[in-house]
Amino acid sequence: MTTPVDRPIPGTEEIVRYAPRTRIAHWILVLAFLLLALSGLAMFYPPLYWLSNLFGGGDIMRAVHPWIGLVMVVAFIAVASQVFTHMRMQARDRQWLRQLGDVTANREEKLPDVGRYNAGQKLVFFSVITCATVLLLTGLEIWRAYFTAYFPVELTRLASLLHAFFAFVLILTIIVHIYAAIWVKGSVRAMTRGTVSYGWAWRHHRAWFRDVTRSAARK
Amino acid sequence: MSLQSLDIIRRSATTIPAPAARGAHTGEVAKLIDVTKCIGCKACQVACMEWNDLRDEVGTCSGTYTNPADLSDQSWTLMRFAEYENDKGDLEWLIRKDGCMHCADPGCLKACPAPGAIVQYANGIVDFVEENCIGCGYCITGCPFNVPRISKKDKKAYKCTLCSDRVGVGLEPACVKSCPTGAIVFGSKDDMQRHADERIVDLKSRGFEQAGLYDPAGVGGTHVMYVLHHADKPEIYSGLPKDPRISTMVRLWKGATKPLAVLAILGAALAGVLHYVGVGPNEVTKEDEEAARRELEKQS
Repeated sequence: MTTPVDRPIPGTEEIVRYAPRTRIAHWILVLAFLLLALSGLAMFYPPLYWLSNLFGGGDIMRAVHPWIGLVMVVAFIAVASQVFTHMRMQARDRQWLRQLGDVTANREEKLPDVGRYNAGQKLVFFSVITCATVLLLTGLEIWRAYFTAYFPVELTRLASLLHAFFAFVLILTIIVHIYAAIWVKGSVRAMTRGTVSYGWAWRHHRAWFRDVTRSAARK
Repeated sequence: MSLQSLDIIRRSATTIPAPAARGAHTGEVAKLIDVTKCIGCKACQVACMEWNDLRDEVGTCSGTYTNPADLSDQSWTLMRFAEYENDKGDLEWLIRKDGCMHCADPGCLKACPAPGAIVQYANGIVDFVEENCIGCGYCITGCPFNVPRISKKDKKAYKCTLCSDRVGVGLEPACVKSCPTGAIVFGSKDDMQRHADERIVDLKSRGFEQAGLYDPAGVGGTHVMYVLHHADKPEIYSGLPKDPRISTMVRLWKGATKPLAVLAILGAALAGVLHYVGVGPNEVTKEDEEAARRELEKQS
């Protein structure tokens, strides 16, 4: 039986935000990203080459990195397919972005009501989807064991550069994503247990809270 | 592998300074390949596989005398045969011994992410140290001459060593030793340039107006040089690049961007810490919970 998402749990003050399959896919995605970032940085920046020891040596790291990349892409598709319908930018999101000063100063009462995701989360989503696409394509191109020989070397040079650049952008994006989870208390629970409190939903995603509770009341 | 460890002047993916006390006081070495003297006998190919214990697969004829068809982990040097029709309509059979050029500014070494997998000795030889190689193939991406090859057997990169093991004990490279016409000679780079100059004067007197030395400045000069009858058109020698240099994309990828990107990543993480300390977490308050309850009562 799948847990119904966006539904209050009767008898509690909690709302289900993420189904188990989304949570599991998310944490596979986390693990894959961490391994990719560590091995990628080891291959990108010589003073960090020691990170290759975490993988049992440089050659093993080089061999597993692309396979973990494929795992990340699959896990990302699994998560993205659950959330992308809520990611459309709206007028209130643009207003939210204009008030970034209020956002970072925790003055949430001054911000427009937020739906299931705020503009920052949507930007993170678009950044990750862009980076993941470019990293997949360029990663396949520079996957020496299988594909690189079929392409001209100039393309391989461009792909190597783009792969490094978009990995850099992705790492920055994920730093923002992780920090937001640490900063906005009660968020991590949505991804570990799947639920958030009424108060959390009211404070951070008021329009979503109203949608969820009203549709539950109608039933 | 690193027989002359103290002679190393550059080491891939290494930021600590290389040993610098020793120098190449008797001059850097160079191999000079006089394409105009080459008869295409392939003795150099055989000597290379013999000295380095290499055995390439017996392939098939690709329609030219070039055999095997390409460089490989087992063929570190290769005679490339090109049929060129000159301005007079005459056929010229241009035979170029292909292999590592041992650049003074090696693109492979710049691109390599594995510390010590590629080294450059004070005498100019660029060597691959296979036990440090992780098999990523970045050396191929960085090379302006398309020389390194990854072995299917062990996923490591191989190329001509300029017989660094022989040179290290005062011998000339195996290909030089085997050449029956003296088309390949070996010595200090200065001597080889002087020798080339004599050859070029001779070639010009025989009607090869554009004869010249191939020692491309774009990669800082090379420690394998060619005497060409048509130095103005190196491409006709089976695609020898006219102005080889490390690609701008490789320079961007492997240049200052590396520390800058890592600094930016650390900066982003630090910004998070400072924000948390300065502004603090965003927590749900009692008022939020009560407001949520009031909203629900309103709905029912």
